[in-house]
This record gives sequence, C-alpha cells and structure tokens, in this order.
Amino acid sequence: MNHLLEVSGISVSFDGFRAINNLSFSIGTAELRAIIGPNGAGKTTFMDIVTGKTRPDEGRVIWGEKSTNLLKLNEAKIARAGIGRKFQRPTVFEDQSVAENLMMALKANRAPWKVLFWRPAPADHARVAALAEQVGLGDSLERKSGELSHGQKQWLEIGMLLAQEPRLLLVDEPAAGMTLAEREQTTALLVDLARSRAVVVVEHDMDFVRRLGCKVTVLHEGSVLAEGSLDHVTSNPKVIEVYLGR
Amino acid sequence: MKPGSLAKNPSVLTFLLVLAVFTLGVTVLSDAYGSGLISTSMVKTLGKTLCLCLIAIAMDLIWGYTGILSLGHFAFFGLGGYMVGMWLMFARTRDIVLSSAGGALPMTPQELSDAIATQIFGVVGTSELPAVWAFAGSLPAQLALVVLVPGILAFVFGWLAFHSRVTGVYLSILTQAMTLALSLYLFQNDSGLRGNNGLSGLQNIPGLEAAGQDALSVWFLWASALALALGYMLASFIVSGKFGSVIRGIRDDEARVRFLGYSVESYKLFVFTLTAVIAAIAGALYYPQAGIINPAEMAPIASIYLAVWVAIGGRGRLYGAVVGAAFVSLVSTWFTGGRVPDLNLGFYTIKWVDWWSVLLGLSFVLVTLFAPKGLAGLVDLAQGLRSPRRGGTPLGPDDGALQEREAVE
Repeated sequence: MNHLLEVSGISVSFDGFRAINNLSFSIGTAELRAIIGPNGAGKTTFMDIVTGKTRPDEGRVIWGEKSTNLLKLNEAKIARAGIGRKFQRPTVFEDQSVAENLMMALKANRAPWKVLFWRPAPADHARVAALAEQVGLGDSLERKSGELSHGQKQWLEIGMLLAQEPRLLLVDEPAAGMTLAEREQTTALLVDLARSRAVVVVEHDMDFVRRLGCKVTVLHEGSVLAEGSLDHVTSNPKVIEVYLGR
Repeated sequence: MKPGSLAKNPSVLTFLLVLAVFTLGVTVLSDAYGSGLISTSMVKTLGKTLCLCLIAIAMDLIWGYTGILSLGHFAFFGLGGYMVGMWLMFARTRDIVLSSAGGALPMTPQELSDAIATQIFGVVGTSELPAVWAFAGSLPAQLALVVLVPGILAFVFGWLAFHSRVTGVYLSILTQAMTLALSLYLFQNDSGLRGNNGLSGLQNIPGLEAAGQDALSVWFLWASALALALGYMLASFIVSGKFGSVIRGIRDDEARVRFLGYSVESYKLFVFTLTAVIAAIAGALYYPQAGIINPAEMAPIASIYLAVWVAIGGRGRLYGAVVGAAFVSLVSTWFTGGRVPDLNLGFYTIKWVDWWSVLLGLSFVLVTLFAPKGLAGLVDLAQGLRSPRRGGTPLGPDDGALQEREAVE
C-alpha cells in the first residue's frame, strides 16, 4: 500500500443535507485520477474537505509517509504540506502582474518574517520566466493578470500551481472555457504531471476524461458509486442510470 | 534599505526630497531660526500635520494594502500620546514640587511622590499615584511603553479577531467597539489618567525650559519629519517585495492566499500590530505639540476621519495617504478656524465652521463613487497612465476575448 492520500469514511452535512456520505478514497504518489459525477454529487465538497476549507463531521483524512492527520491542519498548513488546488473559476490576483503572481506561488518559506526580507535571486527570476513560458505567458510577465483573457488566467493559475511544487494537485474542471487546442494542451500537461505526482481532476466533460486515459471514480450523493477505467464505469448500469442516462 | 529597492521606487526619493525641502523651508521661515514669517503656532500645526501623515501611512498599510478597515488606529495614536504625556506631566510636576519645597530637610521619596500625586490628581479628587504611573518617572521606560502598550493591545486584539476569522465590516465594527470602550474607560476619573481632564501642559518639556516654545516647535517639526521619513521608507520597503504581494493578495482574495500556503492570520496580525506601533509613535510626537490630550481625542470619530483622509488621498499608495492627511487636515483647520468667509445665499448663510463636516462628508462620498483613486489619481492622470477598463465576465474562451463592458463600448 503506497498511498499519498487516504480518505476514509468521511461524512458531512449542511443544514441536514448530507453532501458527503461515508466516502472513502485513496490515491497513490504518482497517479492520475478523474472524478466524475452529476451536480451535487459532492465533488467540490470533497475537495473542500481535503484542502481544509470544510471540516467533515466524521471520518479520517491521512496524508503522506508520516500519516499526517490533515483534519488537524488549517488551509495554509495543508497547502504547505504539498496539496495544491486549482479552482473552477480562474482565481488569480488581478491587480498584480503575471510575474508577481508566480513569484508569490513559488515554493519558499511562507512565514511573514522570512517573506518580508525575501528578495528574488536570479534563480527565482529564471524559474518564474520558465514557468511563464511553460504556460504560454512568456511575453506577458509584466502585464497585470487582470488584463489577461479567461483562458490565459486559467493557464496562469496552472502556472502558479506548478510553482508551488505540490505533491498532490486537485484540479476542478480545468477544461471549462478552453478551446479545443487548449484542452489538448491541458490534457498533455496533466498526464505529464502525473508521472511525478498525484493529480485528481474533477470534470464534467466525458471526452476530456477519455483523453486523460486514467482510473475514474464516480461520485453520487456523496459516496463512491463506481471506480475503474472509464469503459468499466460507463458500462456499469447504476452509473448509466444516475449519470449518463440523463 | 538596499539601494536597489530605492531605485525601483523613485516615488520614495521624490517624497523624501519634498519632505526635506518642506522642513528646511519651515525652519528658515520660523520664529526661532529664521525670518519669523511662520508663527510658532503655525509651526506646531505643521508639525502635528506631519504626525497625522505618519498615522495615515499606517492606515494605508492596514486598509489600502491589507484591506482591513480598522476604525481603531486613533486609539493607538492616543495611547502613544498618553504614554509620553505621563512622563512629561510627572517630570514637570516633580520639578515644580522640588523647586517650591523650601524646607530645611530634603523630601523623602514618599513625600515627593505624594506631593506630585496631589498636584496631578487633585483635579479628580485623589492624591494617590495610580499603579499605571509606576514608570512615569523614567523617560526611557515611558518611551518603551509608547511602543509596548499599543503593540501588545493590538497583538492581543488582533490575535483574537483574526483567529476567529472575523473579516470585513464585522471587523471594522469590532475595532470601533474597542476604540469606544477604551475612550469610555479613560473618561472615568478612576481610570488613573485624570478622566476627561486628560493630561495637559505637555508642550513644556522638562529639562528644556530654557529653549522656549519657538525653538521647541521647530525641533518637534524636525523629529516629526524624521519619523515620517523613516515611516515612509519602512512602509515602502514592506509593500515593495513579496510581502507586499501577499498582503495585497489578502486584500483581494484571502482564501486564495491561504491555498497558496500563506497563513493569512499571521500576516494580518503582523501588519495590524506594526501599524498600531507606527500610530503610537505618531501620537507620541503629536501630543507634546498639541499640549493636551484627553479621551475625546480617541473617540471613534477620529479613526473614521483617518479613513476619510486616506480615501480622499488615494488608498493603496503611500503618497496618497500622506497627501490626503495633509490636505484634508490643513483644509479642515482652515475651515473650522473660522477664517473662511461665510457664503451668503440670500435666504441662508452658510457658516463654514458648522458646514465643514457636511462638505467633508460629501467629498468623501463623491471621491468614493467617482474617483476611487483619490487625489493620487491626479498623478496617474498626469503621467497618462490609465488602467484598462475591463469589467464583467468574458464573452468567449479565446485569447483576448472581449469583456462584456468593452464589447458594449
């Protein structure tokens, strides 16, 4: 058993509504996983729990070789432990330049006192430039990120995620609002990233999931309905009934 | 500060130059060191204005950059004033008591302490020195308290507020409640700080009686200018690097900053405590020039005025805060000083002393609505810089997709 993240038996309700119901999930250190499910299946709530935004009513979330209990950490500590999150809507700091956004995300000590006296070394500038190049923003370093198009903001956010060097990436609907070419680029990037780290992709778009060619977990009403290859789960009658049949 | 960061911020050099020219100009026009064109009371007003500029920088750091609308920074300003005022009053009273004691034997320390206490606290009906005056006899101790008392208060208050994740308007209300509670407490006679009488005679500096108010006023102007210069450099150092990026990030989207791994609470606490200390230092320089401090100075309205200055000057940039504080407080002095001619409308005469707050409130609303960059926006206009107007949601997924508003225009 070589699990990076192990979620077991978590449940959470909001005002009596059970968003997550006895959900268990685990992912290895270098694995690509897609999570699909109809609206309200608990996909985003699941991410909220792993990143510390929401506390589950019961269950355990265990992380890494040292089996850290993530439920005891706050969002910032979880992020520092190595979990990066990409939101559905691109959230970048619009008032700041692309370079500043990337510099802020760059892996470094996050304590206020250290950050106050931190000044970028040439290596940091080079890393930022390389990251910007990688996400196609090489010539936009000094532009304010608020000026970027929707697709470019998505890319900038992916660049910021890479700068954090996380061990687990949680990606919420990366293909939303992207062109076909950009989707292919994103697919290639995610597949490539999953060689060295764990990547969890939440996605609605079946074609996109098919191109990822990875294990799929189907969520329904807050728990796992089916798990396996895309062909395996799509032939599952229960999955067809609740999700694909509509 | 490294030369590199100075070179990247030409506005710092410009600011320091303007401040130096101003200070020099006032000095050569003052009563004590020059032609006497500027009266001593005017020098004091200008010196006090510099202190207000310093607290405006603190307000800009906490509000304009970090996005926390604190309505409590004048409480820290006042506390700084009280701390230095205690020494001023105690030491001066001690000198008076000693010089008037004509007995054959020197006074015992107990007699001396009682005599001082009677002098200071006779007005509130006690003759015992309250415990909070324990260090009042020592200038270094009281100067340390200028930093420590507001610093610790801000740290404890900030820790409780930020760790409970109180944000936005609720936090503003909480800071205002703290300010109100503090000023109401100080209004009580048994608070140990002379109740609503406050501390007075602070313009007389013990040991410097020979210098005279005209020279003292210029010295305090220099000290205030130095503090403002150092404060400005410190603030621009803080906001220039990655720390500045992080706090502006907290202002715009604090959840996102958290997911980047930054402990938002620690950053807020750091900035809140630091700006409280800057405010306290500004207060400690202000009140010896004002001569008197009482709890009314710390009432919540003062902190609201502070927010108005920074908003009118232009928050989110340091010189905006300075310009706003200087401009609004000087204009305010002019209007409320009764030197502005009344405006006769025929059916009603506008007396500016009464109508000034209405005018100020109106300009605050107008600036907020139509010129959110404040007076500092004029600098942008002069430089021909205009931020692109992009609003609404994007119309398409492609690169360079038009935003809704752009498409309409």
